[in-house]
Amino acid sequence: MNLILDFPAILERWPLFLDGAWLTLQLALIATLLGGVIGVVGAMGRRSSNAVLSRICTIYVEGIRNTPLLVQIFLVYFGLASLGLKFSAFTVAAAALTINVGAYTTEIIRAGFDAVPRGQIEAAEGLALSRAQIYWNVILWPGIEKVYPALTSQFVLLMLASSVTSQISAEELTAVANYVQSDTYRAFETYILVAIVYVILSLIMRAGFWALGLVIFPRRRRLGTPL
Amino acid sequence: MGGSLNANHLLFLGHGALWTIGLSLIAFAGGGIAAFIIALCRISPNRAVRIVTAGYVQLIQGTPLLVIMFLSYFGLSAIGFSISPLAAAGASLTVYVSAYLGEIWRGCIQAVPKPQWEAAEGLALTKAERMTKVILPQAIRIATPPTVGFMVQIIKNTSLASVVGFVELARAGQIINNSLFEPFLTYSVIAVIYFALCYPISRLSRRLERRSGLPRIKPVTA
Repeated sequence: MNLILDFPAILERWPLFLDGAWLTLQLALIATLLGGVIGVVGAMGRRSSNAVLSRICTIYVEGIRNTPLLVQIFLVYFGLASLGLKFSAFTVAAAALTINVGAYTTEIIRAGFDAVPRGQIEAAEGLALSRAQIYWNVILWPGIEKVYPALTSQFVLLMLASSVTSQISAEELTAVANYVQSDTYRAFETYILVAIVYVILSLIMRAGFWALGLVIFPRRRRLGTPL
Repeated sequence: MGGSLNANHLLFLGHGALWTIGLSLIAFAGGGIAAFIIALCRISPNRAVRIVTAGYVQLIQGTPLLVIMFLSYFGLSAIGFSISPLAAAGASLTVYVSAYLGEIWRGCIQAVPKPQWEAAEGLALTKAERMTKVILPQAIRIATPPTVGFMVQIIKNTSLASVVGFVELARAGQIINNSLFEPFLTYSVIAVIYFALCYPISRLSRRLERRSGLPRIKPVTA
């Protein structure tokens, strides 16, 4: 057996890989933003004194966290189709990833909210802050700051998981790899290259979140330590 | 085409579910052994060993499991090593589990209080004795809840073995859907089966977490 690796044959397709990587990042960013919003709302819902609301949020979180993303993607894809709604593969992929990461984010942010010491909230009440002010200034931002590293990891995992959307033919990085390898018969080189691109993308995302953390948590920047 | 979900289909899904469990066990056993070695290498006194394993962990944690799966099935056969879907899926999941579980276990070993390490050294235990008689028994207790929790991840991730044609639960669902063409119904049933497999383990993990809140060994404060 003679093993000949031909990376140049793959590398000359770099514009395709660049497009795929860009689409992967777009999927990740959309799902991160929307999933983050769902996470905050879901965490407030789970802590709500309204039993029905809190129950619904728990069912959502447990349902998503205990089923595979692949099955969720198929359910969203075929579910929308059976309702007669037609969307592009990209939209369906973004929706499925948002629903998925929303559940994990809910659980992480809830942990952050729960970690805010009772005394802080009492102190805020003693200072006659309104309920909205307390939630915003004392629970929401300090709570998110506490779990920011966990959120970062979750969103990087989401970016990696977006590869699964290639199964409904969203044209992201893994789908590009599948196409290139079927065209060139150089599967090994293609997937090695794509693996390297994913490692680079995850490093970029980690660096991005680190920088964002410095911007949105000025106290952390000044003290150099987490809360 | 056509027809409705009948007992034969459910039997086929049950068969797929058994393979999902089987593949999860293979991944947990193989990945567990590799993860243990990685955890030990990550805290090795040898700097080169630490750096190499840290690099391995970073590399695997930065690559989607799906790409590892494609690489081991299509990639290896393209350069002349043909392997079966089961071997490809098992190997990919083992590599994946080793990187994540290895980091979890490293954290658990390092979470054993420092005085325990020092006391073991003070009693003139050898390195091997210190590990097996003092550190690991305590680390295992710390590691149980997150390890059980990670088993849920393993079960869910075996669904990706469907892309290399291995007939586990998700692939069984796709095959049934190809004949019934009732995708929403079929995948709902699949989702319910996955939930039934995963939810009890999630609950168990959470219960263990709560129980371990009360340490049976009082931490020594130096």
